[in-house]
Amino acid sequence: MQASEIAARARGRMAPTDINNPKYFHKVVDCQWACPTHTPVPEYIRLIAQGRYAAAYMLNWESNVFPGILGRVCDRPCEPACRRGRIQTSTEVNAKDPSKLNAEPVAICRLKRVAADNKGDIGAFMPDIPATKNGKRIALLGGGPASLTVVRDLMPLGYTCVLYEKDPKGGGLMRTNIPSFRLPEAVLDEEVERITDFGVETRFGKAGMVTSLKAIVDEGYDAVFVGTGAPKGKDLEIPGRKEADKNIHIGIDFLTSVAFGHIKTIGKRVVVIGGGNTAMDCCRTALRMGAEAVTVTVRSPRKVMKASDWEIGDAVYEGIPILENHAPKAFVIKGGKLAGVTFEKMTLTGTDAKGRPQLAPSGELVTVDCDDVLMAIGQDNAFPWIERDIGLEFNEWNMPKVDRTTMMSTRPGVFFGGDAAWGPENIIWAVAHGHQAAISIDSFLHGRPLTDRPAPGATLISQKMGIHEWSYSNDYDAAGRVKVPHADLKSSIRNLRMEVELGYDDKLAAKEVERCLNCDVQTVFTANLCIECDACMDICPVDCINFIDNDDEKGLRKSLRVPAVNASQDLYISSDLKTGRIMAKDEDVCLHCGLCAERCPTGAWDMQKYFYVEPQAAKACLTHHNAYIR
Amino acid sequence: MSYISKPIAHHPALPKNALGLTHREYEGSMSTLCAGCGHDSITAAIIEACFEMDLPAHRIAKISGIGCSSKTPTYFLGRSHGFNSVHGRMPSVTTGANMANRDLVYIGISGDGDTASIGLGQFCHAVRRKLNMTYIVMNNGCYGLTKGQFSATNDKSSPSKKGEANPFEAIDLCQMAIQLGAGFVARSFSGDKRQLIPLIKAAISYKGFAFLDVISPCVTFNNHAQATKSFEYVRAHNQAIGRLDYVEPKEEITVDYASGESKAVTMHDGSHLILHKLDKGHDPRDSNAAIQTIRENAAKGEVATGLLYINEAQQDLHDVLATDDRPLNVLPMSELCPGSKALEGINARLR
Repeated sequence: MQASEIAARARGRMAPTDINNPKYFHKVVDCQWACPTHTPVPEYIRLIAQGRYAAAYMLNWESNVFPGILGRVCDRPCEPACRRGRIQTSTEVNAKDPSKLNAEPVAICRLKRVAADNKGDIGAFMPDIPATKNGKRIALLGGGPASLTVVRDLMPLGYTCVLYEKDPKGGGLMRTNIPSFRLPEAVLDEEVERITDFGVETRFGKAGMVTSLKAIVDEGYDAVFVGTGAPKGKDLEIPGRKEADKNIHIGIDFLTSVAFGHIKTIGKRVVVIGGGNTAMDCCRTALRMGAEAVTVTVRSPRKVMKASDWEIGDAVYEGIPILENHAPKAFVIKGGKLAGVTFEKMTLTGTDAKGRPQLAPSGELVTVDCDDVLMAIGQDNAFPWIERDIGLEFNEWNMPKVDRTTMMSTRPGVFFGGDAAWGPENIIWAVAHGHQAAISIDSFLHGRPLTDRPAPGATLISQKMGIHEWSYSNDYDAAGRVKVPHADLKSSIRNLRMEVELGYDDKLAAKEVERCLNCDVQTVFTANLCIECDACMDICPVDCINFIDNDDEKGLRKSLRVPAVNASQDLYISSDLKTGRIMAKDEDVCLHCGLCAERCPTGAWDMQKYFYVEPQAAKACLTHHNAYIR
Repeated sequence: MSYISKPIAHHPALPKNALGLTHREYEGSMSTLCAGCGHDSITAAIIEACFEMDLPAHRIAKISGIGCSSKTPTYFLGRSHGFNSVHGRMPSVTTGANMANRDLVYIGISGDGDTASIGLGQFCHAVRRKLNMTYIVMNNGCYGLTKGQFSATNDKSSPSKKGEANPFEAIDLCQMAIQLGAGFVARSFSGDKRQLIPLIKAAISYKGFAFLDVISPCVTFNNHAQATKSFEYVRAHNQAIGRLDYVEPKEEITVDYASGESKAVTMHDGSHLILHKLDKGHDPRDSNAAIQTIRENAAKGEVATGLLYINEAQQDLHDVLATDDRPLNVLPMSELCPGSKALEGINARLR
């Protein structure tokens, strides 16, 4: 042994990976791991590939409750996480940061929509709602995705649910803040009503306006869930604000008014202040209401805008300019009326420790003439209706104290979820909160400790069908991401109700599904079968398999064939082999093509499908998931 | 045999060589050999060696005979010249090609049957003529394509998979090569790429006949408990007589080889071989000592591996025959075919 090797051994050794820990392979399925509700993405993509749309829809519905809605407007944390994006780059420039090309993850979100569009009648798969109730009454405040999820999870268990919503229809921000050219009302109604049809007592409109939590509690509910969102849009107190009030609109209020038809017109020239997704919805809505010149202005550089890059891309595609580094200074008033906004240009002075740009005022003033301003600079939670003397504690930011795991406030029996819990997130997080709150409410009302969370289900099953045949499509398809067809630009930018994206048809979907790498089909290694012939290492197209002397993690990561620099991805470590070496696999860019297993003479490698089931309150809502668990 | 081909996608951080190529660009098509075949590992080692040496694939010719080993040129260097010839006739075809174009790198691939049986005569004369080539034998001791009969290199002590004894003595190709005058003789093991890759690089940079006998277990017919060419046996009995570092012409020698334990050999192309001796008694420039090392180890059931013998001053066939410096394809027609007058002159000289 060389001196360097002796030193390496003295440094430390990585312990063999425990693949029986459900977390290990869960993390390898990056899309599912990144999804707050842990939807089994590769499995539903395979179901779509087989044309089994209803089954694909049901896996989604059980997990994320609103597949048709999310298939259009989800924030899709799965896609930036998609392994495919790490190995394939588009030729298209990124809308947010033009110095970069777009990554090419699988169009997971759009495939979800394919399942929803083609599912047919799924009535037979809906959980049975017991006619005899269990006697417990739950109040749900706010008719958005968080509350609807709690209702969906608790109704099959026999709970009586009372849903309060100040608007005339359920859906919350999905209805009020997402314009219908992105999310058609019919799709929204279908998925919201599917839940309210479970026999929920709805108090919509005036009856659903909650002005006192104490009053709700006093009605004698066994538990209360607060899912009222973050309904207060931030304002900007700069000179001219008061004088121009008539033509300045808070973004989310504006979108709500448009959704319910209270606002039907807008000025010819519109300035949108803010760089988040609400700003993108505002500018595109203004365009469709007849505005001739819409300008988006952001204080920061474009590449740190809060909006998702694809939403920025859509706005840019519709011809809306985005002025970066523009800090609003004053509203220009002429003749007692708004005439424009004055901005001071900001200069980039460097970046802070976290890499965020630091800006300083340049002194250069610019005025953009306009007739209306839409302000989309953030949202706050507001709880003026929660009494401060009912045992529900608030923190220093005047937000209720909510337990991160149980979703319960400091007042037993009062739970929070969605944007109401910790500020603005998105629909999919609201659904995840709803699932957790439902588990807690069920435990709470059955006297079980809330900290005892149900364990996830997981299975690992070989996919070998023949010597070189697998139950999944293991051949790598080098195709690029399939583009979603759009409605004709000229007509769609003038029509509030015309859906812009047309979605994949079955032929396009059949192409896109083949891009999925099936990351849930795991490479499982059995050390005592290995004869160290190197066949797997030689065939691996992405050089992720190594036979190497053990070392500590830092040392191993450095000395692999291709150093493992992506620390978010684990190393799969075997126990000691006959030569004293170990097998170390960097999971980072594994294609799950199965060639390691095909070229293995002893079956030391096998491709095994890992199926993970995130627990929920009602088993009746997981029948499609649990069918995979033996 | 896999139904799918190796995905074209590669690791985004794959290193590139001086030509801007990754090692993936030195691959050939998918192997159709048995899963786990040692030959596939040698294939991978050749790919790695050519990649690391920045060799342009179109300046390499890979030539083979018949057998499992001789199928492998399909699996590496897909952009090189290739000739899959007649059984045992790889040396003749390589000789012809080399005579016509001395500027290419010649990699001859053969097996124990192709070299030690049907092609033994061809092998002997290629060595004797000091043909400038790298001759790699993928040696598994059996005829894998015809269900595992003993080959001429299988040790007498090594029975067949079904227990049948081997009645004949083995031919040791390394000893033969040294005796016949090969200037570079090495033995290695498909399961030890750390040893094999530098040896292949050194063999390619060697000007003259470079012979590499690579023990390559046949996972299907000759990898059982009693086989002496199995993964397990070779791992247990591998006596590395030295460690070799190949240093590219452009690189600086950073190893201190003055200590006596290491020796540097300068190759024709300006590259260096740094030999770190593990067996103190062995001097790779002494052909008698080399043969003795092989025999002594073999007598103990051990396999001596590493660079067994090197004569860096050897002349190759072109030097011996004093041929033109240029390959035939760049000679002008007037020189290639000097005309009937010149022919008459030659004929006159012979009358």
